[in-house]
Amino acid sequence: MINDSIDGFLHRNVSKFADQVFVNVKHWLLSWLTAAPGWVVQIASSLINIFALLAIFLSLFALMSVLERKILGRIQNRYGPNRVGPFGLLQPMADGIKMLIKEDIVPARADKLVHFLAPILIAAAAILALGVIPYGRNMTPFTIDGGILFFFAVGSTTELAVFMAGWGSNNKFSMLGAMRAIAQMISYELPLIITVLPVVMVVGSLTPDRIVAAQTGYTFGLVPRWFVFTPWGATAFILFFVSGLVESNRTPFDVPEGESEIVAGHMTEYSGFKYATFFMAEYLGMFAITGLAATLFLGGWHSPVSALEFIPSYVWFFAKLGALLFVYVWLRGTLPRTRIDQIMNFAWKFMLPMSFTCVIAAAVWHYAGRGLRGWLWSLFVIVVVYTILSMLLDTQRKFAPRVYRFAE
Amino acid sequence: MSSVAFVLLAILTLAAALAAATLQKLMHATLSFAVTLVGIAALFFLLGAEFVGLVLVFVYIGAVAVLIVFTILLTRRDVGKDRGANWNGALLAIAVFGGLTWAILKTQSVAIVGSHIRVIPVKRIGEALMTSYVWPLLCMGLLLTAALIGALVLVMEEKRNE
Repeated sequence: MINDSIDGFLHRNVSKFADQVFVNVKHWLLSWLTAAPGWVVQIASSLINIFALLAIFLSLFALMSVLERKILGRIQNRYGPNRVGPFGLLQPMADGIKMLIKEDIVPARADKLVHFLAPILIAAAAILALGVIPYGRNMTPFTIDGGILFFFAVGSTTELAVFMAGWGSNNKFSMLGAMRAIAQMISYELPLIITVLPVVMVVGSLTPDRIVAAQTGYTFGLVPRWFVFTPWGATAFILFFVSGLVESNRTPFDVPEGESEIVAGHMTEYSGFKYATFFMAEYLGMFAITGLAATLFLGGWHSPVSALEFIPSYVWFFAKLGALLFVYVWLRGTLPRTRIDQIMNFAWKFMLPMSFTCVIAAAVWHYAGRGLRGWLWSLFVIVVVYTILSMLLDTQRKFAPRVYRFAE
Repeated sequence: MSSVAFVLLAILTLAAALAAATLQKLMHATLSFAVTLVGIAALFFLLGAEFVGLVLVFVYIGAVAVLIVFTILLTRRDVGKDRGANWNGALLAIAVFGGLTWAILKTQSVAIVGSHIRVIPVKRIGEALMTSYVWPLLCMGLLLTAALIGALVLVMEEKRNE
């Protein structure tokens, strides 16, 4: 009995220690600066956060780039990279060295400054967006009152960066790719933001920490109170995920860099390390959007079962992130590329009405008492709207031969 | 520290604004304009008005700057061509600047030097919008919806008469 309680005590303390180990390391590092003025400590604290963020996500990027090729290889019944290091795990190093020593080619007629600034801006936006996501208990790098708004505000500058890349290159393929990218990013920004609205409405806060805190606990001690387990949450999560797929220009929505049509879109005129920066920004953007999806709908760093709460919070967060990233790769290996008009139709005719429905369903859920009754009512709203929409959008009867207006 | 930050941000903002007004290529001017907006947003952040700063970045850089860029691309053939000085524009700018200065200096009702900065949380702004300012908000919504429908009508494909 006594042994048991001591064991439990130790167990709890060890898990608490493992949970807060990084936070404590940071406090220990900052304790060296107790004599320094307040603003020095503030800057040092921010620098530690930035350094940790960059170290973790750049290594995750390296790992992801090789894992993605491995998984794609598995899906397509081939080996994938397996020559550099054990299981090909050192492939990112080889890629990095190759990218670094490649010649940096800038077109003679390009706008040198804009051409140079575009990859920097696009990577900076992705890194900034990563700064407001809570990675674990007490582990939000930068707590901002309107954190969610900050995420999207920073994300919206990506469009201008993509345009700068396309225009600065002075190349028709680049410009076309940039136009496509901006068109689809603007169209899908609406469903992306509107699907966040129900969560913000229900929680009553734009701060990511508060949103995670609102998903604490378990219904009947079994099902976690994550928003994805409500009808509106599940619908919003799927819509958010698809919009995120478009925002990060991933297959099946990668028309901006469709190799078969426009070489590589806005990245056509980039080589060597600038191309690598674009590549990195794409992956960091992907991490940011999946991280936000996990925060908003999958309970952030909360564990799915109360018995497994001893596992540190950040492990849960990165497990969820990894699962979502795997789905990204899986979709890339499974689905063919869609046409630009299909993407646009889907955005404006299906995604937008459905995301508005999510807002209404969340309101219904809230006013019906957030219990089983609210659950059923919001499910009813979503099913009705979905059925009507799919009946309206049914194009089975309207298939006509394709009309070529510009290329006969 | 905040006064140093203010001076740095002010220099950045003013330099970018000057660049936007004087640069020869139209596209460079647009991009400098975006930098000006970032500077203004940073100034709002410095004043503790995070929400206003974020909305400024969100709306003006994410939407208005992109809109300007598209407008230039779709309406001009000589995007890369240099532009001359626009003296009418300069006169207008000086007139607006003079008017604003006059208005600010004449203002008595609002204290120009604030005693201390009080951070207003986003929640308060939302409550104010949904209670005291709900009618203006609804009118704006209606106006924007009308604009959206108007845009749709403009681009709708006309049926050819066979």
